Amino acid sequence: MATAHAHADDHHYTATGIDNRKLAIWTFIGSECMFFASLIGTYLVYKGRDVVGPKPHGEWLLNGVAQEQMLEIPLVTFGTALLLFSSFFVVLALNGAQKGNRKQLIGWLLATIVCGVFFVGMQVYEFNHFAHRGMGYTTNLFSSTFYTLTGFHGTHVTLGLVWLVSVLVVALRGKLPPEKALNLEMAALYWHFVDVVWIVIFPVVYLIR
Amino acid sequence: MTATAHAPAHAEGHAHPTWQTYTKVALILFALTALEVGAYEVVHRHSPAGFAAVLEPIVVEVLLFLSAIKFALVAMFYMHLKSDGKLLTTIFSFSLLLAAVIIGALMIIFYYLYQHAPTVNQLK
Repeated sequence: MATAHAHADDHHYTATGIDNRKLAIWTFIGSECMFFASLIGTYLVYKGRDVVGPKPHGEWLLNGVAQEQMLEIPLVTFGTALLLFSSFFVVLALNGAQKGNRKQLIGWLLATIVCGVFFVGMQVYEFNHFAHRGMGYTTNLFSSTFYTLTGFHGTHVTLGLVWLVSVLVVALRGKLPPEKALNLEMAALYWHFVDVVWIVIFPVVYLIR
Repeated sequence: MTATAHAPAHAEGHAHPTWQTYTKVALILFALTALEVGAYEVVHRHSPAGFAAVLEPIVVEVLLFLSAIKFALVAMFYMHLKSDGKLLTTIFSFSLLLAAVIIGALMIIFYYLYQHAPTVNQLK
């Protein structure tokens, strides 16, 4: 009986039979959906309403000189692939954690973090490149909505990385046994959410003219 | 007692997919991303003839459809909504519905504004 109660305390079950931490992270993800919906909606309503350049797609004029389109599809496609890879890697890490396979857990979690770091690096490079081409935050409607939307996404990726690194440290100390795999699952759920948001942002911002 | 009552529900909710399923989903996700970028390249980088001419009028719908499939695959398999309890699916679906309403409402409001609000020149 004592063991049963200890087990119940460990898992924090709610009346729904779902662990309250898992319920909490899903509720949080739900609120984040609405947050990103407002940003994507704002991007869409201002899309194509710029009076001056730079333009996201197609050529635009700067002092009478034709300029190339701002968005670099190959670079961002590479970033998208990295984020998809990272989502795949983190479920393999979770699979390892649930089976008690420490090597699999740490290896795939490290791979996830590396992919995430490269994605953030890609975004930092992209923002720098745009700034050098004269696109500041207040240059036009496109720049403001683009930086706000992708910047908030990048911030979420960075926070996800901090969370995953902290889980990795716990795993390296040997304090993530299978019964505590939910600690990784919550971080993984957040990471997947960041991925699905990018799955929407990628076509809406980069592929649809 | 509480633990025994709730533990089976919890255990049922954890029948997560195998790594083989995860790998298949990853391959489909990459294929769909390649299709997305391929559709963009065909329509915007080549002369509007042949397949590009057919694809051009529906490219937005195609891209959104491919994106929706990718979204659903990640949510169902990687976020385990397919195997976890229905309550979590309900929470997420309701949030997505609200998100769609937010985007739709913004677009309707601004469409009305662009159609009926006076332009800067008229204000002068």
